[in-house]
Order: sequence, then C-alpha cells, then structure tokens
Amino acid sequence: MSKKTHITLKVNGKSEEFLAEPRELLIYTLRERLNITGPHIGCETSHCGACTVTVDGKSVKSCTMFAVQAEGAEITTIEGIGTPDSLHPLQEAFKEHHGLQCGYCTPGMITRAAKLLEENPAPSEEEIRFGMAGNICRCTGYQNIVKSIQAAAAEMNSSQSSSSEAVGHKTTEAAE
Amino acid sequence: MKDEITRDERIDNLKGMGCSRKRVEDARFTQGKGNYVDDVKLDGMLFGDFVRSPYAHARITNIDSAAALEVPGVLAVLTAKDLEPLGLHWMPTLAGDKQMVLADGKVLFQGQEVAFVVAEDRYAAADGIEAVEVDYEELPVIVDPFESLKSDVILREDTVDENGRPTDGAHGPRNHPNHIFTWEAGDKAPTEEVLANAEIVAEESMYYHRTHPCPLETCGCVASMDKVNGKLTLWGTFQAPHAIRTIVSLISGIEEHNIRVISPDIGGGFGNKVGAYPGYVCSVVASIVTGKPVKWIEDRMDNLMTTAFARDYWMKGKISATKEGKITGLHCHVTADHGGFDACADPTKFPAGFMNICTGSYDIPTAYLAVDGVYTNKAPGGVSYRCSFRVTEAVYFIERMIEVLAIKLNMDAAELRRINFIKKEQFPYKAALGWEYDSGDYHTAWDKALKTVDYEGLRAEQAQRVEDFKAGKTRKLMGIGLSFFTEIVGAGPVKNCDILGLGMFDSCEIRIHPTGSAIARLGTISQGQGHATTFAQILASEIGLPADSITIEEGDTDTAPYGLGTYGSRSTPVAGAATAMAGRKIRAKAQMIAAYLLEVHDNDVEFDVDRFVVKGAPERFKTMKEVAFAAYNQAIPGIEPGLEAVSYYDPPNMTYPFGAYVCVMDIDVDTGVPDIRRFYALDDCGTRINPMIIEGQVHGGLTEALAVALGQEIAYDDMGNCKTGTLMDFFLPTAWEVPNYETDYTVTPSPHHPIGAKGVGESPHVGGVPCFSNAVQDAFRAFGNTHTNMPHDHWRIWKTANELGLHD
Amino acid sequence: MIPAAFEYYRPKDIEGVLAILEQHGDDARVMAGGHSLIPMMKLRMADVPHLIDLQDVGGLSGIEVTGDSIRLGALVTQAQIIDSAELTRAAPILREAALQIADPQVRYMGTIGGNVANGDPGNDMPGLMQCLDASFSLIGPDGAREVAARDFYEAAYMTDREDDEVLTAVTLPLPQGGYAYEKQKRKIGDYATAAAAVQITGQGGTCTSASIAMTNLSDTPIFSEDAGEALVGTTVDDAAIKAAMAAMLGDIDPTEDNRGPVAFKKHVAGVILRRAITRAWSRA
Repeated sequence: MSKKTHITLKVNGKSEEFLAEPRELLIYTLRERLNITGPHIGCETSHCGACTVTVDGKSVKSCTMFAVQAEGAEITTIEGIGTPDSLHPLQEAFKEHHGLQCGYCTPGMITRAAKLLEENPAPSEEEIRFGMAGNICRCTGYQNIVKSIQAAAAEMNSSQSSSSEAVGHKTTEAAE
Repeated sequence: MKDEITRDERIDNLKGMGCSRKRVEDARFTQGKGNYVDDVKLDGMLFGDFVRSPYAHARITNIDSAAALEVPGVLAVLTAKDLEPLGLHWMPTLAGDKQMVLADGKVLFQGQEVAFVVAEDRYAAADGIEAVEVDYEELPVIVDPFESLKSDVILREDTVDENGRPTDGAHGPRNHPNHIFTWEAGDKAPTEEVLANAEIVAEESMYYHRTHPCPLETCGCVASMDKVNGKLTLWGTFQAPHAIRTIVSLISGIEEHNIRVISPDIGGGFGNKVGAYPGYVCSVVASIVTGKPVKWIEDRMDNLMTTAFARDYWMKGKISATKEGKITGLHCHVTADHGGFDACADPTKFPAGFMNICTGSYDIPTAYLAVDGVYTNKAPGGVSYRCSFRVTEAVYFIERMIEVLAIKLNMDAAELRRINFIKKEQFPYKAALGWEYDSGDYHTAWDKALKTVDYEGLRAEQAQRVEDFKAGKTRKLMGIGLSFFTEIVGAGPVKNCDILGLGMFDSCEIRIHPTGSAIARLGTISQGQGHATTFAQILASEIGLPADSITIEEGDTDTAPYGLGTYGSRSTPVAGAATAMAGRKIRAKAQMIAAYLLEVHDNDVEFDVDRFVVKGAPERFKTMKEVAFAAYNQAIPGIEPGLEAVSYYDPPNMTYPFGAYVCVMDIDVDTGVPDIRRFYALDDCGTRINPMIIEGQVHGGLTEALAVALGQEIAYDDMGNCKTGTLMDFFLPTAWEVPNYETDYTVTPSPHHPIGAKGVGESPHVGGVPCFSNAVQDAFRAFGNTHTNMPHDHWRIWKTANELGLHD
Repeated sequence: MIPAAFEYYRPKDIEGVLAILEQHGDDARVMAGGHSLIPMMKLRMADVPHLIDLQDVGGLSGIEVTGDSIRLGALVTQAQIIDSAELTRAAPILREAALQIADPQVRYMGTIGGNVANGDPGNDMPGLMQCLDASFSLIGPDGAREVAARDFYEAAYMTDREDDEVLTAVTLPLPQGGYAYEKQKRKIGDYATAAAAVQITGQGGTCTSASIAMTNLSDTPIFSEDAGEALVGTTVDDAAIKAAMAAMLGDIDPTEDNRGPVAFKKHVAGVILRRAITRAWSRA
C-alpha cells in the first residue's frame, strides 16, 4: 500500500472528493467508490471500450487511467448523458433500432458515440465504424449500432436550428 | 358503440407474436442501470482471487502462504488442503468427469487455480496473490492429443489403477490413461462396406481449432452465507441458475431450500457461463469460513485461459457418392482435445454432444461416427460456443466434406447440395446417425438464396476473375462461400437428455393479476436474447393480455420454477413451449369463467385475440381483462379463485432450424487479407416471434462466426503456454472489420412445438463459420486447393496462396 | 488486473521531474498518456515504484510549424496530430500514420513522446520519425541534448535515453514531396504485421530523394537507407521498387509471433513497401 492521495473530481456535474491510493483505476473509483456502475470492465487492456467515459472532453478508457491522473477533471459517464425523463437521442435510438443485446457494452458505446457526434454531427457509415472501433460489442455485429448512431445523428441534426448546415461526409483515410 | 377498434387493432395492441416489439430490457441498459454481478455490492463484502499456475504441467511440492497472510487486508489463503476435509477440493464437471477446485498436488494446465486469496478488497487480494510462494516441479507437457494417446506420461493419476491402467470412465472403458471416452453412433461395418464399394470417395482431415466464447463480461459470483439463518445466496453469471443450485447443494451438503441462486443481468454468455467453476466453489467456502460475502470476478486473462474453451476437434472424414453425385455414405472420426479435465457441458448420454448431426441437411443412407476424448495439458472444457452441443463442429465437418466431394466430382457445390438435400416430403426424417428431423423445406430455402444473390452471375464473375488473375490483371481472388445447415437444438426430451441426472425440461409459471396484467417466471435466463420481450409476446398471443402488461422474470431460484437454463438454443424450443402451454392452461380456466359470466356453456364460447366470445354472437364477449378480475373477485360455483398456471415442458423432440448462407469475399493474395463484400443469410427458425430480435441474433451470430473463421483462436506453444490471453491477440472484431449483412427467411414451423418455433440464436454462428471458411477455400479452388484449416487469418491465407505457387 | 502500489508524482516543471528521477533512479518512470505503461503495470510486467505523471509539466504540449521544421512537444497526442490542420498541411504523413494507431480513445491519450520514447517495436511513430529524420530532445541532469531518431533505438525497449533523462520534444524537418504510411494489421487496435513509412521527392519524373522506414519487423524500427537509395535517380519503375524491396528485406529481421512466421512477414513487408512507395510516388 502506498500513501493515499487527495483527489477531487466532478462526475456528471457533481463534485466528488476522496482519498485514494494512486493505483486506484478510474473505473474502480467510479464503480466501487462512487457507485456509478454504468461503465463496465471488459478487457482491462484498453481494447474493448466497455469502460469508456468522457474526461475533459475526451473519450477515455477508464480502466487505463488512474483516478489520480484525472485530478480536477470533469467526467461524464452514461449516467450523465440523459435522464429517465429526458433521454439522449442516442439512448432513444439504441432502443428503437435494437442497438444492444446483453447491454454490457452499451454504456461505453453510447458514451463514445455521444462524443463522436459532438465532433462529427453527420458522420458517414464509414466514419461511424472507424470512430466506434475502440468499442467492442460481442452481441450485435454492430450493424444496428451503426444504424442507431445514424438515426440519433439525424434526429439531433433535425432538431437543431435549420440554419446550421450538416457537416459533409468526410472520407476516412485510415483503412487497413 | 361498445367495440370501437377493429380486430386487427386489437391484435396490434397485444404486441404479440410476429411483431418487432421494442425490447423492454433496453431502458435500463441504455441508462447504465443494468445490474450485473460485479454491480452487486454487499456490506462487508470481501474479494477473492486465484494464485494460478504459470506451468502447464507440474507437481506442487509446497505452498507457503505466510507472506501473503502478512499483506495488509489479506484474511485467508485457501488451498486444496483446506478444501479436502470438506470434500470440496475436487468437483464434478457437467460431463461426468471431475475437476480440481484447487490444485491437488499437481497442475494440469497453465492458469490452473492453485490457491484462493481472500482479502478486504481487490487490491489486497492482488498483492496477496503475488506473495504466495508455490514450489513447482515441472513435468513433461503434452499439448497434442495424438501424442497424448501414445505417451507414457500419465496426466490424470486419479484415473488409473495401481498398475497405471486406465479405470473405466463416465462413458465406458478407456484405452489409455490419457483417453477419456470413445463414443460411437451409426453403423460401422455397413458404412465401411459402402465406402469400400463406392464409385467416388472423398477424404479429408480437418482441425477445428480451439477458441473461446469470450463474452464481454467475464465469469464471476458473489457468495453470501447468512450464518444466522443458515441460508446461502449466490449471485453469479450462471446460464443455468437452477442447475447450479442443485450442484452446489449436492457438493456442499447445504440443503437445496437453503440455497438461493440469482443470475442478475448477464453480459453475454455464448456457452462460457454454463459450467461450474472453481471460483464459485471457493467463494462459497470463503463466505462460509469468514461469515462475510465474498466476490470473485475473473479478469480477461483468467477468462480466456481457464474457463470454457470451445472446439479443438480433429476430424477425419470420408464421404462416398455415385459418379452423378448422390451421396451414399459418410464416415467420421474425431479426436477431441478436452484439456486437463473433461469439462464440457453436454447431456450425459452425449459425451460428444450432438456431433451425430454431422450428416447435415443431406439424405445420407449410411453413416458412422466415432469420437475419442483425450486429456492434454491445456485448459479444461469443450463447451458449446454459441451452438447446441458440438453442432458447430458437426456442421462445419459436413459442409467442408460437401465442398471436398464437389471438388472430387468436379461439380458445382451448390448443385451437389441440391441433389442430396432431404426432400420436403421425407420429413419427419430419420437420419442415419439416429436423429429424427422434425421438419424442413431445404430446396425452397436454397433456391431462394441462390436466386437472391444471383449465384450464376457470381460464378461467372469469379471465373472471369480467375482469368484476370492468371493474366496478371489483378492480385485479388474471389471466393463464394456456401453453407446450408441444419441444427439440432432445444435439448431436450428427458428420456434421452439430462445433465448430471437433471432432466432437460423447462418451465413457466404465470400469475394473472386481478386488473389484467401478469407476471411470468421461467427456468431460463437471458444473456442478451431479450427474453423479457419475446416471452411476453408469446404469452400475449396465447392469453390475450398486452405484452406490455406482462412482466417476465428469470434467474432467481427462490421465485422461478425449476428449469435447466439458457444455452443450446433451448429457451424458445423448451421454455417458450412451456410458456405457451402454461398460457393455454390459463386460457382454459378463463374460458370457464367467461362462459359463466356470459351465462353460456363452456363449449359455447371461443377465444378471439383478447376475449372470449359467444359462438355466433360476437357482440357478446368478456375480455381477458374482465375475466381476470372476475377470477379473483367473483364467487364462481365449482371454480377456485385466482388465475395461475405452471407448465413443465418435456419436449417430444428437438427442433431443427436450418438456413442457407452465401458469402462473397475478395482475397488479397499477396497479403492474405480477406474483404467480405457480401453476406446473405436466410434462416428458417419456424414461427418467428420477434423479427427485429431474430435479425439482431443473426447479425451477432454471424459476427462471432466471422471471428472464429478468420482468426479467433486459443493457441498454445509447446510448453503449454497460452499465447492468446488478452484481446490484443484473441480476435474480437470491431465495427471496422465487420460487414453489413443481408437477412432473409422462410418459415417452416416445427410440427411438435406448441407455437411452431425452433430457436435462432445460434444458427448464424453454426451456419456462418463454414460459410466464411468455404468462401476463403473456394477462392483458391481454381488453383488446386481442397482444404485448409481455420482460422483463416492473414498469414494462413497467405500460406495457402504461397503453397499453391501464387506468389512470385 | 491490479497494478502493484506505487508513489505518484505530478511535478509542474521539468526540474521537478529530473529531481525525482535523480532520487529514485530506475525505480522511477515518467508517464504521459499511460496507454503503454498502465496495461503493463496492470499485468505486473512493469514494476514502477515511483510514477511521474508529466501532464502538468509546462512546455511539453505545443505544435510549432515553421518554414523549415516542425516541433512537437512530447505530450502532443495522436488526436491532436490528427486534428491539427496546420500540421496536416505541413506533414500529412503524420496524420495518415496517427489514424492507423490504436483506436479513438487511445489516440486521445497516447502521445508522440510516449510512443517514440518507450522503445516498443510495435509502435508506429518511431519508424515514421526515422523516415522523416526527426530528432528527439532529451533533458537530464547533465543538460539537454538532441538525438537523431535514426540513432535512438538499440533493442526492444532499449533506447539511447538514460533512465534519468526525459524526452521533451520531437523535431523534424518539413517533409517534402509525396508520402505514405502503409500498415497491415489484424484489426483495429493491433500492432503492425508490417508497416512502411515512405517520403519521396521527384523532379521531371525522376526520384530525387527517398526515405524509407519499417515498423515491427525487427526489435527496433528499421530505417533502410539502402532502400531509399535504390529509388533515387530512377523513375520509380518496377525494377527500382524491387531493388528497394530487396534492400529493405536485407535490413529487417522479423520474428515469428501470433501474426505469423518470418517468411510471411518478410513477404508482407515487401508488399506493403511496394504499395507505400507507389502511393507516395503518386503524390510526389
């Protein structure tokens, strides 16, 4: 055991303050210390993305970040993306288009997709597949996830003011 | 007017069978409110984790826990010596073998559980593991089953007598200390005779590599022994919670009513979560010892290296035919590598599962199958990964043999299939290896598939591609993968299907509430299949209450009726049937109540969508909702109050879903990189309960098939070191590697299932693997390829091209 | 997967970093994004009693493009490389390569400094930096120094950097001509089976300079000077490309792993290089 460090975080808009060993991974801080159990643990080597949260505007695999690294950061998890009374369009779209089955990857998937749509509000299918490639799903084969994200993007763009023109489709350079 | 909506609208309002009802599970999953086992948090909960063997085969000479017990937060270190007095240092497997819970003097595979460290949290447990000192004496390692059967090295000393001779196993005599069983089906001598006299015989040896179901959530549990009340509660990733309760009771001696097993939400199973694992036993013991709840959760390496591998079948086939291509006989021998313990989860009488479905979709008059199970120094298992007991292996075998025969006959493989399909009028069809196929219409499905993809056009394009390749105009070859599969799912009839003596029926219990809503509980457990959605649809159609008014509950053994769980595509065929049957019992009682309320004879009312109407007078009716209220609140002579029913359904036969798949693939000959251009999947799963969910299952199963065919393997080096223990090397495709799929269907209802449904969750995996593999192999057919083994990763595809002389 | 306990430091300046390094020697490691180091710590394959987080250290984050060179602070992430329009104009190969590293989440965290400094032969940036003739700025107790990327790598995880030194920046001359970063991998998130970085210039249809480096085909990145030389003065025709491939194959020394055996890797290395040269030349 090593000396505990004082850590402050803002998680889903709420300030949190605690003492933790430096080796405490952010995913465990969220899940076990703060009872935010939406993000899950899948691979533990930063391949699967089930633990994806947003840290200071970046999609991050929280199994590969120590809580202490996030000191002072603003963190958003699936729990901060929508509320039962006001779901995020992605949450609606995943339900509508059968974008999930066992649900284990879903929080990370939606959290990542939200960031993707923030950066690219009208992605092509190729851009979605490339932009979601850090999140593994074992159940759906991704086809309906892609469909869900496309539907959410369309919904979000149509509800935006009509003056803002949709961003054109970019090609994704990096193939194989 | 009293009845304002039409009959069609009444049907729509039920959201019953046949509609793409949105999933009721999704509200919680999309909001991060699923409740998986690692979300279970109890006061004072401890955390347990394993010291694991770095060696594949070694004697353990000493385990020193002293330093570990000094680590702050570590409370106990359990070894086999601690479990032995309780008789828990070994446990039965679901295949009739037994398995060490903690290493009893030796280890048989890398990653085997050696000691269980119990600590206040997972950090202390991890530090404790590092501090346990284990002395190993390395033994010779055997990773090859053929070598194992010739070796003097005895892997399982518990399976030989004092002279080193093998004792009989659970499935009869054994011919070598490292041999587990020989299992036979069909007629040996007649098959050999047919093969000896055949006009054409094609032979092939193929290896179906070892892989792993690898659900995104690993296995785990929380055991909580309440010493005050003597009750044990066990939460866990159990695909068969009731079976786990019975097994825990049998091996621990705790009476079954004092054990409550709860499967919460499960993050995918695919066969990984059927068996009983040392972690469950150790957690229970640790909770009993400490009096506190104990959680155990695998990490990904533990999962890939120790619990539930699949496949690892060495298959040798011979298939005979007339010169015109009519198949006359099939011979199959399998050497099955089970690793250190036979830890399959197969019905007792079927140590090689339903491998004897390997005559496939074809009318093959004579056949013989023999399977030899073998121990090696690899992880134990042999589970069914997204398939009914070894059906994936069987279908891969026959679909490869068909291709090999087509090559031998110089015939089109689609046509060879067509002329050998079991004909529609032959059903029910008794196959040479014993099964009675309930129904099928293969020609219709096949013709539809080939027409949709323009099969002839594809073959013409492929021929042109070969010409272009030979002329140096392209370096890409085109493969057309075909597969036609018949599954055998829905295990199964209790007369021949049990696991550890537990009959493989399943169950549903329904309670209708007075206001016309309901709860139904089942013996199965969803791991993503959407049971809460689809079973409510079955009931809605059966009893006429809206699916939205029906809660489906599974996975709590204190409340759900006994059942054998969810795997082998058995939920719809067995529990789905139980649901329909229980619904019909409700309806029968409701009909009597309705007749009383309508003041007519029972036989004078009939059920119509959501109500009972007086025959010939449709304006006189009572809705099911009205009947429900009356059932509880109106004194009806001769009828008990209440409206409940339970059904334990013992299926008369398995169900036999089938399908026709076509894959078009371009292969970069120089790099070995395949590109899936098109995938068409036609599935016939009988009556379709929810098309949206069926399509989702097909997408998912195909993607798992893609993974297995194109790269996903559990590989070992000669020292028995697992080379694929993380997701860096164990291939799980991302959205980038996966194509879009085209889905299609025909409907051939099961004649014996109450609603005609057959099950679909595993079909795409079963049919998909040979389809992807056949596409790769077909690309090289014009250059002399007959067969290459999976997985077809880049280097193996490249190797095929290289060996065929296609590189400079 | 739980890492062993460690002491955590988050100094504000490079002097603070150096002081901790000096105090703890090779018991201390610096970390930027942590996406190479943390998995190794979780697998307990890296023992790091003292972990120095560089994120607050000033002066390590900038992207500077001048008339003839580019300077990237060690903490510049792959995502920042991808998003920088200025950088993409000046050195489009950086973006092309960065997009082929890992996945979106990892690219937000993964830094150029971490990628080049830790000496993992699977990392893509070291080979690219050798191709572009970059130099690495190191600072240690004895002051600052520059090391050419082409001289930096000694063996797997062994570099010219001393344990008490920190890599602070990467500087490269403004690349000229056509470019390509070609990578074959098994899936997103994988290291290369083979990757080639090519930067090439030409005049009047004749190649005037060519720089070629290969990734994950030896225990270090391989700058193949001979491969580049084989193209110079040619029209980059089939014979010249074959000569470059042959020269490259003489320089690499791949080992068998789960991606395949040596013969396969060598063959793919040649194919990938051919494609990279062809694509780069088409852009020259």
